Amino acid sequence: MLFKTIDKSEFKRLIDFLLADHEVIGPKQIGVNKDGGSIHQFLPVSTFEEIDWGYATTEFSAKTYFLPYRETLSSYQIREQDWTQTIEYRLKPRYMVGLHACDINALLRLDKVLARSTFPSPYYISRRRNTFIMGIDHEPLEDCFCRSVGADVVTQGFELYLTDLGDRYFVAINSDRGFNLLKRVKVRDVTETDNRAYLEVRRQHAQRQKPLNLHDIPNLLDIEFNSDVWRQWGEKCLNCGSCAMVCPTCYCYGVGEHVNMENTEAVKYRQLYSCNLKDFASVAGGHNFRPDPATRLKYRYYHQYRGFTETYESPLCVGCNRCGRVCLAGIHPAGILKDLQAEGGVA
Amino acid sequence: MKPILQPYDVTLEREMTLPLDFNRRNQLKHYDKTYKAEITNIIRLTEMEKLFQVRIIDDVERERFSFLPGQFVMVEVPGYGEIPISISSSFTHKGFIELCIRRVGLVTTVLHNAKRGCKVGIRGPFGTHFPMERMRGNNILLIAGGLGLAPLRAPIFHVIENRSYYKDVYILYGTKEANLLLFTYQYEEWDRIADINLRVIAEQGDKNWKGEIGLITDLLDEVRVDPSETNAIVCGPPVMFKFVCARLTAMGIPMHRMFVSLERRMHCGMGKCCRCNIGSTYTCIDGPVFDYWTVMNLQEAI
Repeated sequence: MLFKTIDKSEFKRLIDFLLADHEVIGPKQIGVNKDGGSIHQFLPVSTFEEIDWGYATTEFSAKTYFLPYRETLSSYQIREQDWTQTIEYRLKPRYMVGLHACDINALLRLDKVLARSTFPSPYYISRRRNTFIMGIDHEPLEDCFCRSVGADVVTQGFELYLTDLGDRYFVAINSDRGFNLLKRVKVRDVTETDNRAYLEVRRQHAQRQKPLNLHDIPNLLDIEFNSDVWRQWGEKCLNCGSCAMVCPTCYCYGVGEHVNMENTEAVKYRQLYSCNLKDFASVAGGHNFRPDPATRLKYRYYHQYRGFTETYESPLCVGCNRCGRVCLAGIHPAGILKDLQAEGGVA
Repeated sequence: MKPILQPYDVTLEREMTLPLDFNRRNQLKHYDKTYKAEITNIIRLTEMEKLFQVRIIDDVERERFSFLPGQFVMVEVPGYGEIPISISSSFTHKGFIELCIRRVGLVTTVLHNAKRGCKVGIRGPFGTHFPMERMRGNNILLIAGGLGLAPLRAPIFHVIENRSYYKDVYILYGTKEANLLLFTYQYEEWDRIADINLRVIAEQGDKNWKGEIGLITDLLDEVRVDPSETNAIVCGPPVMFKFVCARLTAMGIPMHRMFVSLERRMHCGMGKCCRCNIGSTYTCIDGPVFDYWTVMNLQEAI
């Protein structure tokens, strides 16, 4: 990988250049929560000042721009007994700035399912390839566990990745698109001092996080399949699906269709779903394969930590703990995984 | 100056310009594009089930359409929705396909109200198939319960059309009540074929029923085959194939030579939406056809 440094004043010039005539999405403060902490979201921005580069986390992940909550798959023009189908993909380029390592790693995990597996999705690939990604290092929050799932470091999946060194950014360049963009401003070659400063920042970030022992989790999940832990946590679950909505990697969806009153136009759309919702596994005729909240919660964790690992060699979870923070019932992955380990005597 | 970020048009990818073929699973395609198909005939089977004969309208698409016994398609009624339906016809008929559909929900009700000539969308085929080639030279037990005869018809037609590949062939079919039996008009044809043993049974008869009364497993009592060279295909509700497969195991047929077809809600058919997950196994990609050993190892399969 190529590295450069850029002074913060030059960096502002770079962002201003982007803002001048491109669609830019960045972390933006939208309010304050009940404890006085700030609430951020990835939103379209038009000035440099709107972007909060030092944000802690966003409520919703960057997934929103690649797997939107609702997306039209195709539309139909209906006449008499016949119809025609129209399919469109998103074409417009877009810049997303300020993504943390977990969000970029989440996209890489989504890539595995949606772009590199059987039936690659043209909808997803189109959005992905039309998006320029500029990430930024951050101090992990105390309740994150990205390091334990190998999601605190990124080596691909972005164009530029920034690390704040005080008066300048240390920039990792991962694509020709990133390289070409940097040509618009003054950048410097990295010096030995820059390297040392960068590694020191990385070391400090890594130290801040208490590691969660996730050794052998897939096996543990199998062994503790009928554990009481699932009932205890499952009883709290409100089946609201918020965890999947904020999750940067949950990709389950449902497909629905709408038709207008005149019966002349219809759309088929995809809408994100959650395996915690009550009817997730109900089938024609009324049978529900996952009738109770505990079973549904269990399978959410199975997919995240066991099923995905089996197929793609890493858990789906990137340890951002957005689901833990958003859950009204106080369900959080670290708690469940620790309880399972205690149950299995490996805590 | 040239923009840094050129718009990327996925439709210009070479793979996207090839004719639509869902059998090229790993290639990029307009995967939500449907083949437009016309309902050519509607055949009433019972109060709840109808057989729809559909024909992919475009000549080239119809010729290219190929599937294997056990696979399914997504059937779409624009404006209403899309449902997974197993193909119930011989694959030699290509894009002339038969779909046996029970009226249970919105889309199936719309289809039941549809008239001949209506156009539906077809995507597929999807899923795994019964390994008919690997079964060559062996005996075959084709066992169905209830609506399970719908997916079983594809392998039945294949066996009939290629009778010489297989040794002894048994078709065993049972339902709860005699008036729920499907494809009653076909039994005589199948029965008249020399060297095909057809047995039909109902748990409860009615005044018109002259056939046997009992459970599907009763029919297995009289099956005399060498278990070491026998394959079984079992389609039906989970409770039925659980008992049938237990009986077949007792007869000595290895679990990896019994094949069942599972059913789940599906929204995409392509291993994306997760709705058909059994644990974390996709019924649409890894199934719907599984050998019984695999099913036994899936925690919430049956």
